[in-house]
Amino acid sequence: MSAETAQNARRSGGASLFTDQRFRSLFYQALVVGLLGAFIVFIVFNTAQNIEKRGIQTGFDFLSAPAGYDIAISPFIEYTAQHSHGRVFLVGLFNTLLVSALGIIAATILGVFLGVLRLSPNWLVSRVVYCYVEMTRNVPLLLQILLWYAIFLGLPSVKQSMSFFNDTFFLNQRGLILPEPLPSDGFMWVPIALIIGLVASFIFAKWAHKTQDATGKIYPVFLINTAMILGLPILAFAAMGFPLDFAYAELKGFNFKGGMTIKPEFTALWFALSLYTAAFISETVRAGIQSVSHGQTEASEALGLRPSWTMRLVVLPQALRVIIPPMTSQYLNLTKNSSLAVAIGYPDIVQSFGGVTLNQTGQAIEVIFITMLVYLTISLVISSFMNWYNNRVRLVER
Amino acid sequence: MSLTEQQYAPGEHPDLPAPLGEAGLIAWFKKRLFSSIGNTILTIITLYFLYDVLSTVIFWTLTGATFVGETKADCTLGGACWLVIGDRFHQFMYGLYPKTEYWRPNLTFVLMILAIIPVLFDKIPHRGKFLLFSTLFPFIAFFLLSGGLGMETVDSSDWGGLLLTLVLGVTGIVASFPIGIVLALGRRSNMPIVRTLCVCFIEFVRGVPLITILFMASNMLPLFLPEGVNFDKLLRALIGVALFSSAYMAEVIRGGLQAIPKGQFEGADAMGLSYWQSMRLIILPQALRIVIPGIVNTFIGLYKDTTLVSIIGLFDLIGIGQVAVADVKWRGLAPETYVFIALLFFISCFSMSRYSLWLENKLHTGHKR
Repeated sequence: MSAETAQNARRSGGASLFTDQRFRSLFYQALVVGLLGAFIVFIVFNTAQNIEKRGIQTGFDFLSAPAGYDIAISPFIEYTAQHSHGRVFLVGLFNTLLVSALGIIAATILGVFLGVLRLSPNWLVSRVVYCYVEMTRNVPLLLQILLWYAIFLGLPSVKQSMSFFNDTFFLNQRGLILPEPLPSDGFMWVPIALIIGLVASFIFAKWAHKTQDATGKIYPVFLINTAMILGLPILAFAAMGFPLDFAYAELKGFNFKGGMTIKPEFTALWFALSLYTAAFISETVRAGIQSVSHGQTEASEALGLRPSWTMRLVVLPQALRVIIPPMTSQYLNLTKNSSLAVAIGYPDIVQSFGGVTLNQTGQAIEVIFITMLVYLTISLVISSFMNWYNNRVRLVER
Repeated sequence: MSLTEQQYAPGEHPDLPAPLGEAGLIAWFKKRLFSSIGNTILTIITLYFLYDVLSTVIFWTLTGATFVGETKADCTLGGACWLVIGDRFHQFMYGLYPKTEYWRPNLTFVLMILAIIPVLFDKIPHRGKFLLFSTLFPFIAFFLLSGGLGMETVDSSDWGGLLLTLVLGVTGIVASFPIGIVLALGRRSNMPIVRTLCVCFIEFVRGVPLITILFMASNMLPLFLPEGVNFDKLLRALIGVALFSSAYMAEVIRGGLQAIPKGQFEGADAMGLSYWQSMRLIILPQALRIVIPGIVNTFIGLYKDTTLVSIIGLFDLIGIGQVAVADVKWRGLAPETYVFIALLFFISCFSMSRYSLWLENKLHTGHKR
């Protein structure tokens, strides 16, 4: 065989293999897997070597070892320096969830309010809201957190505390001091009454909806449900003879005794997160309401619906479909942004577990892995909840 | 009909001016501010609120503020004490960059503006040649800032302030854009393994906060590298920021890819173009054009997120600000410092978002009513 034909054969063989899309795709994927595998092996090898050389411990034993440092804010979970790093993780997780949940609630209320105001026919109001939104959105959140913290630390010292309502509340640079509620024996009936009220109002709403579908009769569901949810606990509270006392704070020496303190770290983080996210949510809400064509409003007016019904039954359900997906990502952003707590020392999971514990144990890989896993889980839970809600409000198509 | 009035043939009467209160300034006031009792109350409340806030703000920033003086003791008027900004202005701009070499960051800044203009506006003569300069700019800037070849070398740990913020922002933008395109294409690829890897990477990065990625870059990256290889702090932070924003960029670009009708892909195939040819010549030019506003918004987010590097110990604007606040000479002047930094960020971010709006209007001319 001459050299030329051999070359031809090889070329045609190679070409036919490479013009085959399936082979090409397999080849590239094998290449990717190979490169990735080599990269991972490279990293694992280096890491093992570095860990051995620096004498870093591995494994998750540190979780049960005593942490040995104090955490300033640990509501509801008992914590002292003798508790373990695992306990630190719990405290941090709880603090993250607390500030995120309160932030989501505040940001949603404020954001919806601002979004509606932004659409106000009143020129002045809509301009003021516009200025607020642009000012908040275009300044980094970290800066806003630091600014709020600086403002709270600039409050008067403990000795010169501002006092409100006849020495019930105090405000100073160490935080806001409230009277501590001390429930006595019969108080447990109040939450029970609240739960009963919630369940009853849920059942009533379903029943009223069904009745309206069947007979057309409309009940004042909102009023009755509000009365049940608020009224039942109040009734229970009164029936048990007001079983609640307050421990008032008092200035003794250099500090306050008694009462509860809301620390400036928490307040600064909560304010900054809520105000920042509210600006984004207000834009989402505005865009959502504007996306419903004006013909829908006109048509529902032509049908003779009241303005409040037009909003509730026609505009809002359509606007929600546009609003919810971006709203979900705002909630996720808020939760992730709460990790900026580390800048002002609010002991969330990144500051306490991902910061101090990491520095004490030196086990960067385990600590960062766990921290990331927590955020991934939270993200997953929030987005699946919002997806479920999104499916509920989705336009039902044939 | 009165005799003084001129008679007109039917349809010949000239148009009368609109009645007072239906057009012009008065009507505008009536309609936009005092249309109903509720609206009037709202206007009055807002005016009062505005007066209250603005008078406080103006007092604090201007009338009650101190601009001239030497120490904190000179600030006696009750408002802001801007002396700290003047005292440390060079640090806010350049960090610890050597004073004699300030011309280098200045020159880089001027060149940066020259490099950005052809990217932003398409009606510039010889845009192609300018764009070539824009592509070369990152290398020129790196050379100018870090030195070498006869210039004094400046260690990247001395870069700081606005200079560092801009370096982080621009590098993050330049690096995340191509990575984002590759990830977006990978996520829409037909190859299951490539697709899965891209999806995993994007969703993982979007699911965790940037600060954990920066912790990872600063704490874990040194463990991953072989002995002797050491990235400096800035490079580690840059890797973290670029990876983070590339995942967000990928999602924006994927939105653009999904908006391209299938016929365009099929058309490109029918022309016999290879995958990369069809992407480069047919798909990406259309897809990227649709999502330019989204890309700019991602850039704004990235630019704001660069502030997080102060947490891992780099002296960007916020890091320098924290140094200034901790200075005994200026203790307690945190609000002034942070408001000044906020102003710097506001100017750049607000102009970026205005640009994005302008672009959106320009690109959507066809759909406008």
